[in-house]
Amino acid sequence: MQLKSMKNTSQTKNITVREKLALATCALLQTAGQSAQAADGWEVDSALMIYSESDSRVTAIEPIMSARKEVEEDTFLSMKLVLDSLTGATPNGAHTSGTAQTFTKPSGNGGYTVAAGENPLDDTFHDTRVAFSADWERPVLDNNSRMILGGNISNEFDYMSLGVSATFMRDFNERNTTLTTALGVNADTISPVGDVPTPFANMKTPGADLSLSRDGDSDNKTITDFMIGVTQVINRKTLMQFNLSLSSASGYMNDPYKVLTVVDNSGTRIGQVGDDLPYVYENRPDSRSRQVFYWKTVHHLTEDVINVSYRYHTDDWDVNSHTVDLNYRYELNGGSYLQPHLRYYTQSAAEFFAHNILDTQVATTQYASSDYRLGELNTTTIGLKFVMPMKGNSEFSIRAESIVQSYSKVNSSIGTLTGDAGSQDIVPDLDAFIIQVGYSFYW
Amino acid sequence: MKQVLLLLLTAWLLAACSTVQPWEKDLLARPSMALVADKLDSALDEHIYFSKEASMGGQGVGGGGCGCN
Repeated sequence: MQLKSMKNTSQTKNITVREKLALATCALLQTAGQSAQAADGWEVDSALMIYSESDSRVTAIEPIMSARKEVEEDTFLSMKLVLDSLTGATPNGAHTSGTAQTFTKPSGNGGYTVAAGENPLDDTFHDTRVAFSADWERPVLDNNSRMILGGNISNEFDYMSLGVSATFMRDFNERNTTLTTALGVNADTISPVGDVPTPFANMKTPGADLSLSRDGDSDNKTITDFMIGVTQVINRKTLMQFNLSLSSASGYMNDPYKVLTVVDNSGTRIGQVGDDLPYVYENRPDSRSRQVFYWKTVHHLTEDVINVSYRYHTDDWDVNSHTVDLNYRYELNGGSYLQPHLRYYTQSAAEFFAHNILDTQVATTQYASSDYRLGELNTTTIGLKFVMPMKGNSEFSIRAESIVQSYSKVNSSIGTLTGDAGSQDIVPDLDAFIIQVGYSFYW
Repeated sequence: MKQVLLLLLTAWLLAACSTVQPWEKDLLARPSMALVADKLDSALDEHIYFSKEASMGGQGVGGGGCGCN
């Protein structure tokens, strides 16, 4: 949301040569495609988003605010604060069964029962996240290069993430080409409720001794990202971007709250043995290497703007995905606009994804997870946004989006699709809805 | 390495194909032509899909990790 330039939009029809030159000068001083910014004061964007999943799953209320200021000539300071309040229930990894299932809460104290035919959801789930980030951007070397130094911190009661990043951009070819290189490092610490479960240890009955099935009270992971990209002015109306990202993560990659159902060869859930419930905690590799190719084009039609992107993601967990995203900005009178949004995402399952695990495989399997997000899935998003200029150079926006995620049963060398996994709906669709209101202003 | 070479080759080809003069950049300078037209929407969406899918990134580096369930 760039408010000052919205004035430009409404005035462009009768623009003079002098104004065109002024705009062109702005373009010279900025990255191609970026707008002119406020010279004084803070440019503030704020929004409140409500995200709600069907079937009493997750609901998130998320206020967000960002502020940007030109602190000295061509030097900008940006800050962003996000609060994220989550309630509801989330899948615990076990699959739907023809018989009722009883689970223990992550804390080890107390349990919950899931009825026959129901997707096992952990309804003790709740969280509050606070995230803050800041960027400092300034020219370096000469007028053709810029550097952005950034830092971010995100904190939940069981998770802490600290990160720094550096981005270097250089313009070539009369500022029609921008090369970008970026490096980011994140250090995360997870301190799960009920401590870190030992991989493939059984979920215990409520109140049981957990000391032999836990590996300390916290663990860490480090993520290093590198990106190289080029932004190119194709012609007077078209801008194109290509990015290649490499990411390397090492450390604790498990979801400490996810289990797999233990079944026999016929797919029947095994019985409780002592204080061991027939569910074992997942285990993922302790490293992950990802490559992402990203392409985006922004094209100006007569008045409207089309923004389309494609992303290909691949990694050494065998998760390959394609994402297509399309925004169409339809200009209305008086500087307002409507923006329909379409997004389609499809991914293959991680090589160690399985819906369950055989009792004979528990001792011999190195990695297994039934986290639905590592399975084969598609996500379809349809949305609409309306933006309206307000008095005092401010702007109001509202958007609504519908998200449908559907999953497929995956054949794996781990576990079996006979028994419950074959006869029950173990991959129910997820429907979610977003409603968001935004207000932008200068301060 | 092959991918980096491909990217650089693409950049070189694109750079060769056109030169838009500064006084022709009136449309490109509009906010509607920004690569990321609304950074808040983008940040919120990235967080949602990071929590629901096994892919992330493409437009930048880093960002706040989370134990998203």
